[in-house]
Amino acid sequence: MSWALKAEGLGKSFTLHLRGGVTLPVLRGLDLAVAPRECVALAGASGAGKSTLMRCLYGNYGAGSGRILLRHGGAEVDLAAADPRLVREIRRETLGYVSQFLRVIPRVPARDIVAEPLIARGLPREAALRQAEALLTRLNLPARLHELPPATFSGGEQQRVNLARGFAPSYPILLLDEPTASLDAANREVVIGLIAEAKARGTAIVGIFHDTEVRDRVADRIFDVIPIPEAA
Amino acid sequence: MTAPESGYNFAYLDESTKRMIRRAILKGVAIPGHQVPFGSREMPLPYGWGTGGIQVTASILGPADVLKVIDQGADDTTNAVSIRAFFRRVAGVATTERTAEATVIQTRHRIPERPLTENQILVYQVPMPEPLFRLEARVAETRRMHALADYGLMHVRLYEDVARHGRIATSYNYPVMVNGRYLMSPSPIPAFDNPKMHRMPALQLFGAGREKRIYAVPPWTEVRSLDFDDHPFRPIRAPQSCALCGSQESYLDEVLTDDRGGRIFVCSDTDWCAERQAAREAAE
Amino acid sequence: MTPPLLSARGLELRFGRIAALDGVDLDIWPGEVVAIVGESGSGKTTLLRVLSGLMPPDAGEVVFDGQDVLGMSEAARRRLMRTDWGFVHQNPRDGLRMGVSAGGNIGERLMAVGARHYGGIRAQASEWLARVEIDPSRIDALPRTFSGGMQQRLQIARTLVTHPRLVFMDEPTGGLDVSVQARLLDLIRALVAELGLAVLLVTHDIAAARLLAHRILVMRHGRVVEQGLTDRVLDDPQHPYTQLLVASVLAA
Repeated sequence: MSWALKAEGLGKSFTLHLRGGVTLPVLRGLDLAVAPRECVALAGASGAGKSTLMRCLYGNYGAGSGRILLRHGGAEVDLAAADPRLVREIRRETLGYVSQFLRVIPRVPARDIVAEPLIARGLPREAALRQAEALLTRLNLPARLHELPPATFSGGEQQRVNLARGFAPSYPILLLDEPTASLDAANREVVIGLIAEAKARGTAIVGIFHDTEVRDRVADRIFDVIPIPEAA
Repeated sequence: MTAPESGYNFAYLDESTKRMIRRAILKGVAIPGHQVPFGSREMPLPYGWGTGGIQVTASILGPADVLKVIDQGADDTTNAVSIRAFFRRVAGVATTERTAEATVIQTRHRIPERPLTENQILVYQVPMPEPLFRLEARVAETRRMHALADYGLMHVRLYEDVARHGRIATSYNYPVMVNGRYLMSPSPIPAFDNPKMHRMPALQLFGAGREKRIYAVPPWTEVRSLDFDDHPFRPIRAPQSCALCGSQESYLDEVLTDDRGGRIFVCSDTDWCAERQAAREAAE
Repeated sequence: MTPPLLSARGLELRFGRIAALDGVDLDIWPGEVVAIVGESGSGKTTLLRVLSGLMPPDAGEVVFDGQDVLGMSEAARRRLMRTDWGFVHQNPRDGLRMGVSAGGNIGERLMAVGARHYGGIRAQASEWLARVEIDPSRIDALPRTFSGGMQQRLQIARTLVTHPRLVFMDEPTGGLDVSVQARLLDLIRALVAELGLAVLLVTHDIAAARLLAHRILVMRHGRVVEQGLTDRVLDDPQHPYTQLLVASVLAA
């Protein structure tokens, strides 16, 4: 089977130097492969390590062991071993991430936040802004908000800006961390539509969906993240 | 020619001091516009009265020289008269008020109107040799700026002039670039005189006694006044003609004639003015 | 791959018994923003001074665009400083001429590299005032009549007007109110992205580093104890000192 994203023997633990150097293992020997057009939902108890896995897959957390292979620009690269500049390039071209919370950049209007990754990929500014506005409109964000910085937006509005920013560039691989958590039914439908379209384009998706209805409608497969038993 | 005062060496300074000053002059000539430090001596007149110029003159003067001294263009002001008298006494050289006759001309604040020749030397009295001193207070830094030809700051001053006054308002001591390399203070001559420095046939020497610096512009050297392409350097003179000789091209002084606001404009260069008046009378 | 714009290897510098730089290596590529974080005395400002050639190290080498920075003449270094390099000081008084108008401050670098058209210089100064959000009608005002935030923005305009390729910034938001800091950071972020500048930013402000930097170096006692992608260093710090640094500021 062809894959777009593949974790091999992935391990991750945290050493807390401020707490006497205690080490918390979270992931060990994890194998996961995701194909183009496939959406894999991560499941597992709270604290099992779903979010840690997502962050490792994005390179936000450094992998302790194992490899994270991606198809990037026609080649196979190991994100776990990539230098920071390569990680930035992978994130610009190949790998998208929608986190639960928008990290607000002061004074930057919503549509510019959404357009930014498009401009970074070389799209002319005007075209990027048009595309950003179209997507925000589709996510039912009122036009008067497009020009405003999202700092004062509600949680749901911020989440929609975040989603637009993640979906706009059509990354080949997309990581979704609770994308519908603070959305109403109508917007949930929009997101389900966006995911379906992305899959149809060939995007490989890994997601955490607490909303089981959404999960059942978008996921092709469920991957259980199993907690590591406490060492005796 | 009067006999020199006994008890003094020729031209007052001892020979080793003159040699030291001549070495500084030669170095100055070799590096046009570069300020050369020298061991300035105490002279029998106060700083600000031309001690730098006098030491340079004393060091280059020979018995056959003919000396002219002007102050603000005039031969008959106290400073000019007393320096002339000084060299008559200590060197016994001939003096003159005629620009054409002089071989050495010491000046404060003017360049004669009559073009100088290759057989003449012009010695300037300089109060402050450093053109950057109002802009950069650290002497070490100004030296570094000269060493690196880092003169953006000077243009900042001209920019400020234009921004504030709509034109470059500097009307005297207007900075020049010498030989395309060193920024130089022309001493407080009017900007009107600046173009005369450019490719002047005469050797130009500058002496600053209190600041202990000598610099030079060799004959035929390029001397450019700093400016902007769209605000070019313009030598300015009063738009009148001289009340005595009628000159319309010379630099004029404004002279008050009474207590009721009466005024006339006359040539600042007294020799030039006298020559023109004489020529006019002869023609009549 | 393109070579780094600035590259330092094995930098060592001791002040008596204190190691200010202890085996520091660093590369910065075109368009990259690199933050050097650490507490006061960790050696970060010293590193900036050594990299920009202001201070010679005891050992090591610094190469900018193929030129040996430590071996170059003062004249060559100054030429770099007014063309390819820029330096933004923490205190705007160190980077501005307080007795020269805003326009003259911006124009100085242009004139230093040969601009001789007053109208052109003024037009560029005006444009840059607007870019750093200062009313162009203040072009003839003296910097001392500006607020601290405006002075810092003026310093940035003055530095960026000649489009340097590498800008050194030493705590650019250091002396400012928090509200003013946010505006300045955002302005720097936008300009850096727009002009594709490489920036070496020294700061003890982790939030500023997160906002501006692509990459972070954490310094302690003259050593780089940890470095990498900004969000990875800040979200998954490995070294005890980085964990302490992040834990003490990320409460916000």
